[in-house]
Amino acid sequence: MNFGKQVFTLIKLEAKLEWKNRQAVTSLLVYSLASIYISYLSFRQVLDPVTWNALFWIIMLFAGTNAIAKSFIQESKGLQFFYYSMLPPQAVILSKIFYNILLLGVLGGINFFIYSMIFQSPVQNNEQYLLGLLLGSIGLSSTLTLVAGIVSKANNNAALVAILGFPLLFPLLLMIIRFTGNAINGYSWAINQSWCGLLLLLNGIIIILSYLLFPYLWRE
Amino acid sequence: MTTKSNSISRSWWWKILAIGMLVYTFIMGFLGPVPAMPIINESIRNLYFHVTMWMAMITLMFVNVVYSLKYLSSGKLYHDLVGEESARMAMVFASAGLITGMIWANFTWGAPWVNDPQLNGTAATMLIYAAYFILRNAITDEIKRARIGSVYGIFAFVMMFVFIMIIPKMNDSLHPGKGGNPGFNKYDLDSNMRMVFYPAVIGWTLFGVWMMSLRVRLRKIEEKIHNA
Repeated sequence: MNFGKQVFTLIKLEAKLEWKNRQAVTSLLVYSLASIYISYLSFRQVLDPVTWNALFWIIMLFAGTNAIAKSFIQESKGLQFFYYSMLPPQAVILSKIFYNILLLGVLGGINFFIYSMIFQSPVQNNEQYLLGLLLGSIGLSSTLTLVAGIVSKANNNAALVAILGFPLLFPLLLMIIRFTGNAINGYSWAINQSWCGLLLLLNGIIIILSYLLFPYLWRE
Repeated sequence: MTTKSNSISRSWWWKILAIGMLVYTFIMGFLGPVPAMPIINESIRNLYFHVTMWMAMITLMFVNVVYSLKYLSSGKLYHDLVGEESARMAMVFASAGLITGMIWANFTWGAPWVNDPQLNGTAATMLIYAAYFILRNAITDEIKRARIGSVYGIFAFVMMFVFIMIIPKMNDSLHPGKGGNPGFNKYDLDSNMRMVFYPAVIGWTLFGVWMMSLRVRLRKIEEKIHNA
């Protein structure tokens, strides 16, 4: 099996296991719906676009942390354990990152849809906002996946994922809030394209670092 | 334990140099001539005691990431020890820089904390390294702690660096010399101030490295007593 095929196999396996035990995905969905509804009950309406955007990303941050913190928990069972001991660690981390991007991307889309319905959406350029959502999901899931890997080797305490992950997410959140803020104001692509480039660069750096550093965690 | 780093940390000439430069910094820093500038006035002397803290801190963080990389490639616990202690010392300098900065800002800007890129960068840096120590304390096994700590240290350093790079793009700084404020960098840092500033940077940095190497030696002694 070449490397790409290995990664693809692991992603498929991950999805299959998730589908078998749908409870995890359902609880994730309920968690973010409940967060949105709590925000609705406490805010009632959000008139300021800056607050609207910040609140959305805070909900995404917590949902993402919750979703990804458990990435490495069920790793030692049966078939999955077999694959993990046979395949290179780089394939493991890349498959986890890509799977989490998929998961968080879909979750983010659902969140955005419901959030825009409950709080009237001030977004003027929906395409750019959705692009921002995708870029944000990539950054959140790649950073948090590596952090979850680190925590799984420490003591598997879910609170530790937030403690270690949040400070590392500052640059990403700042940039993504600026990017999506521009999309809300309906600025032209010319203004936002440099932010898009920077976000792609940052995501690239995170993924390359995970690829390089993860083998040191995995070695035991 | 490597012998080469020991011989450098035990040689005395650079410690004398550090003390000499710091004595010079304190004497000339408080008594030397400074340009008279509006608003900043005599508080410009904080340049020698505040900005230099960041220089020492960044040097120590760089030591941390270099030794983390060295640990991952060599697996020698000594490298991890140096990495950990340099992060600890960097935190000490970060706190010192924060305190000197907040006292200065209280007089110059009228508030100890404002929304400024440098301040946000510092807050993020301190949170990241606090998390680094929390992670280390959560692991009891020595070798595991060293490996996981190094991985997080490298990742954290890169993210911190990115944060410090991009944050000035967000909004202008209130700091002197930035965002159109009168400051030291462009035209005001006269040769008198340079004569104190550069020795102060070298002095504080050497002082930080010295304290770090003392902590490393202390830890080694503790380990020896513990094992005996």
